[in-house]
Amino acid sequence: MINYFLRRLLWLIPVMFTVSLVTFFIMRSAPGSPWDGAAENRRSLDPATQKALEKFYGLDKPVWRQFLAYTFGDFDDDKKFVCGAMCGNLGPSYRQKGLTIQQILFVPFGDNDSFWYSRFGYSLRLGLFALAIAIIIGIPVGMIAALKQNTWVDYLGLFTTTAGVSVPSFVLGLFLIIIFASMLHWINVIPKTWNELKYWILPSIVLGFNTSSFTARLTRAAMLEVMRQDYVRTARAKGLAERVVVVGHMLKNALIPVVTILGPALAGLVTGSFIVETLFSFPGMGRAYIQSIGQRDYSMIMGTTLIYALLVALANVSVDFVYVFIDPRIRLEK
Amino acid sequence: MPDLLLDVKGLETQFKTPDGIIHAVNGVSFVLKEGETLGVVGESGCGKSVTMLSVLGLIPSPPGKIIAGEAFFMGQDLLKMSSEEIRHVRGAQLSMVFQDPMTSLNPVLTVGHQLEEPLMLHVGMSRNQASERAAELLGMVGIPKPKDRLKDYPHQFSGGMRQRVMIAMALSCSPQVLIADEPTTALDVTIQAQIIELVKRLRDEIGMAIVWITHDLGIVAGLAQRVAVMYGGFIIEESPVADLYTNPEHPYTIGLLGSLPRLDQKINKKLTSIEGLPPVLYQKPHFCPFAPRCKWVMERCWKENPTLETVGPEHRVACWVDTKTGRPRS
Repeated sequence: MINYFLRRLLWLIPVMFTVSLVTFFIMRSAPGSPWDGAAENRRSLDPATQKALEKFYGLDKPVWRQFLAYTFGDFDDDKKFVCGAMCGNLGPSYRQKGLTIQQILFVPFGDNDSFWYSRFGYSLRLGLFALAIAIIIGIPVGMIAALKQNTWVDYLGLFTTTAGVSVPSFVLGLFLIIIFASMLHWINVIPKTWNELKYWILPSIVLGFNTSSFTARLTRAAMLEVMRQDYVRTARAKGLAERVVVVGHMLKNALIPVVTILGPALAGLVTGSFIVETLFSFPGMGRAYIQSIGQRDYSMIMGTTLIYALLVALANVSVDFVYVFIDPRIRLEK
Repeated sequence: MPDLLLDVKGLETQFKTPDGIIHAVNGVSFVLKEGETLGVVGESGCGKSVTMLSVLGLIPSPPGKIIAGEAFFMGQDLLKMSSEEIRHVRGAQLSMVFQDPMTSLNPVLTVGHQLEEPLMLHVGMSRNQASERAAELLGMVGIPKPKDRLKDYPHQFSGGMRQRVMIAMALSCSPQVLIADEPTTALDVTIQAQIIELVKRLRDEIGMAIVWITHDLGIVAGLAQRVAVMYGGFIIEESPVADLYTNPEHPYTIGLLGSLPRLDQKINKKLTSIEGLPPVLYQKPHFCPFAPRCKWVMERCWKENPTLETVGPEHRVACWVDTKTGRPRS
């Protein structure tokens, strides 16, 4: 089994290389440059300064060389090898002076110096909250809907979850901001501090609503499948209490498909929060990513994309890993 | 009558489907005496399993519904019990073994866990006691190294082994009645024989009564003392086993026995079958359900549904025709 996972992890290398390759060339084929103010309605730098900056960042070299330098590394002026993204060196930011991408994303800012207060930490926390909402609401709703199949409870659940998977997060987000910030004044539209828990509630709900609805629908479908199984009848024939039958015999089987989507779901929530972060002025990675695209901050775009890709890839490997523990029938080849 | 373990009267069960109501069981009555083995025979969909599931309160509801009848178990009506009360009977005094051992055990729980559940629930054992007893039970049904196998999952057992586990589970609380719903249908013939031998041995050791549902008349002959033949949701003939084979009265029973392949018959002789198809029970039949397929059919058969009449010692049949003479029964 260890061999199997080592092999899966080795496969990440070509995956990450491909992501890097595609992102780099798409990014560079987009018009504009970090010093071209057009995208931000700002004056461009004078040509002499642009030339100097291009030399400083190595943009005067051929594009293929820049790609290899970013991904693998290159020799500097003193013939010393400087390792690139493969060593975790995501390069200097073109727009935030003196900071590397890893510093921008992973070093905490503000008055708290825990990792959770870095841009990545903020996004991760938001993702975890959203996932918690998805689990706490999604699984029970799906379970109850299945147990009460074809009653008004089931129909209500189906209606809400259908809405949940089809309403886009910017619609729900704006809607909630209008109600709770503009009309009820329970929170500020732009919070002064993110250290208060109440400001986390709306973004977490908006981000988690979709996943929560999806989880509920998946749980419902899995439960309906399991409820008809012979072993559930066997459990009842033993005289077990309904609660034991549902929790001990049905849920354990029904949750197998649900648990396996939770890893990718978390990766999706952490990486998919651009809209929610922008909507709520949230100081996370997603908003930094969106900004960096507008600013043509090349190394920031590359760095963030690679981190997102790695997260999603690892989440998918983790599914296979988790399977072994929750389903005794699965044994991976030696 | 204290020697009556199970006394079912006028049981009727229906299923609501999108196409209409299916009348699966239409007034079935039977008794089971202490220590007796009753065979229930009939083709697929004739209501054998539904009858027994109804008695145990295991009909999925909705769509199923028991609309009439009584089922006395040691003097108490199972059909009137609350779901809480019947829970204490199920698995403890009345237990059931199902048809398909491949799907009847929970795939994500160990065999030990599934065996221990009823022991802890009904007998009140601790986990350790239950675990020891579970190993004994596995040994009793002939599974080697029972202690080690408690930790295994159902997929690590073969079909025959799983049915042994199911039997061990059903017998764990020493029930008075074991209902076996085609327990050997999904198994191959050699394993079938082993399972039947096992059940016979355990019956003699424990002394429980058995209701054995099957469509295999051969199994019933070697196992049961009495046989009930079902057709279209009715019991149409009921008789001691020897009498049924030598002296079948109902046209359907005669047809069933006639369609059995025999070792002493000529090679290349075609197997006989009963013409026609079993009824689809969207309406409760007001005439004899077997009439459309019956060789002896008379005018009366299309007008009235016959009820069970005694024709010999403990031998009852529901038919307007005396199949011996071909004349109406007087």
